[in-house]
Amino acid sequence: MTSAIWMFLAFVIATLGITIWAAKRNTGASAYFAAGRSITGWQNGLAVAGDYMSAASFLGISGMIALYGFDGFMYSVGWLVAYLTVLLVVAEPLRNAGKYTMADLLAYRLTPRPVRAMASLSTITVSTFYMVAQMIGAGALVKLLLKDMPFITTNMAIIGVGVLMVVYVVFGGMLATTWVQIIKAILLLTGTIFLSVLVMKEFGFSFERFFDAISHLTYTDPKTKLEVTRNFLDPGMKFGDAATHGVGKWDLISLGIALLFGTAGLPHILVRFYTVPDAKTARVSVVWAMIIIGFFYILTTFLGFGAATLLKPDHIPTDNMAAPQLADALGGPLFFAFISAVAFATILAVVAGLTISASASFAHDFYSNVLHHGKETDPNREVRVARITAFVVGAVSIFLAIQLQSVNVAFLVGLAFAVAASANLPVIVLSIFWKRFSTTGAVAGLAVGLLASIALILVSPSIMGIDGPEVLASKRHLIQMNAIFPLNNPGILSIPIGFLAAILGSLLRPEPEAEAKFEELQVRAQTGLGAEKATAH
Amino acid sequence: MNTPAQDVWSSIAQTPQYQELLRSKRAFIFPTSIFFIAYYFALLVLVGWWPDLMKKPVLGPVNVAYLFALSQFFMAWSIAFVYVRKASEWDKQAKYILDQQELGGGISAKH
Repeated sequence: MTSAIWMFLAFVIATLGITIWAAKRNTGASAYFAAGRSITGWQNGLAVAGDYMSAASFLGISGMIALYGFDGFMYSVGWLVAYLTVLLVVAEPLRNAGKYTMADLLAYRLTPRPVRAMASLSTITVSTFYMVAQMIGAGALVKLLLKDMPFITTNMAIIGVGVLMVVYVVFGGMLATTWVQIIKAILLLTGTIFLSVLVMKEFGFSFERFFDAISHLTYTDPKTKLEVTRNFLDPGMKFGDAATHGVGKWDLISLGIALLFGTAGLPHILVRFYTVPDAKTARVSVVWAMIIIGFFYILTTFLGFGAATLLKPDHIPTDNMAAPQLADALGGPLFFAFISAVAFATILAVVAGLTISASASFAHDFYSNVLHHGKETDPNREVRVARITAFVVGAVSIFLAIQLQSVNVAFLVGLAFAVAASANLPVIVLSIFWKRFSTTGAVAGLAVGLLASIALILVSPSIMGIDGPEVLASKRHLIQMNAIFPLNNPGILSIPIGFLAAILGSLLRPEPEAEAKFEELQVRAQTGLGAEKATAH
Repeated sequence: MNTPAQDVWSSIAQTPQYQELLRSKRAFIFPTSIFFIAYYFALLVLVGWWPDLMKKPVLGPVNVAYLFALSQFFMAWSIAFVYVRKASEWDKQAKYILDQQELGGGISAKH
């Protein structure tokens, strides 16, 4: 098992080397926040994929397919199709009209201070929720993967991940963060392809035999302890009426809406489009990301169904372990070590991406533009503030992750997506397409979308529910009462609420100045005139 | 700095070429977005409300549900491919508009 540690150390040393190289090139704000806008299309495509393919998708989805069959695969579909929203609606206008953050686009024709303050709050909320979930995941993973090395504790894993992400971001800025994502994406793809080939080898590379095995899967049901034969290609094991008393299909729709609209509002994905020279490259990079992400999610077929057929669902203790366990069974301890190291690299890269987007938003939106009215003349001070913020964000997330590690936090990622979809996306779309969108509308949309998502999650079955005494602490509901809102995913309600608040706010308090600047924003967004240029190297 | 003078924006906005560019983008983006959203939710609705139809095997043991789910990937890639081809035409139109502006207006968009 020590080989996992060595492989992970190799990743850490390589990425620290990149950080030193990037630190030397980090001169000025555009270099720090946007990698000098020098990242090429395919590089940014890999980096977007790296930012996006979190441990939740690599470990979570393969495990979900292994345990729930086709219903798990539904996640894979949503995570890719969501990129069409990014491609068609968000990426190019954002690149053309903004500088470092999502709020740049919103503040363009609205009153900057209130809009930036709210957008910054929403960005930092999404990033922190997502980050704490990832770091607790890292801790849990250590416990599972390094069972025979008890001297490495979960707290050490959480602190290690936190310290490394702060080092990348503080010293290496966006350039180092980008290359960490690229390396991680390549490692993850290599591991996934290799594991898929190993799965197909077990079936003599015959798709017919593979799908035959999936459709006649005999195992012992862990709940009833009876031997059952099920068709894992059939929908319904997770969201079906029998499994969920009829609410599952609504949860599925709600989840689908949150994925489709949330991805285009995730701050760490949006900032990536500022790292490329122009809107055309931003577009090309989304297409690269779609090819990589789509390919990866199709491969979850082999990982998930492979684990189901070859390991049997009753031999998979938790869904997060399906992929590493499969690697162990098919490739031996060395390959298990590689996949485990890849899982850590995955978490590390995602939290680094989240940290830089949160600190850029605080420094650029809140410090420079809200506190200093946009009159801060020294761009180096903005970078200094961002570095301090990254440090604080890191410390706070380490603290929260350690405090919350024994709590059931599975809802945090869903919450991050719901806030992104209900608060961020409505205001992005309306500021690009709707002339009468006003400052009041933007602030209302962001605030109400944020609050509605949090409130609905608090009263959902993710948090509320009554558990028997046998339920482990890490799986217990936080509030021992029957849920008020029936769905785990608030999107179906919170996204319309977010849009409605933004529209009503704009109609109630129209803003002629913002309407007058609509034409300017539109010309800029559609032609790229006046867009931020790459810094020369 | 990067921001050209105020009247550049409105003089561009009033050119027929710019209006045509906007119209052409809208004519593609709106219907395409509605299509992909409908195609995606069709899968969720069929799986949720008509599971028996989705369980029907069509290609050996492979059922409608899996094939429809798989088709979503190819749908997304196809739309991305068509969009990129369309967008390179829009890039040319936008460049033409900006070049015209520089030649005619005397207000330089350069910085």
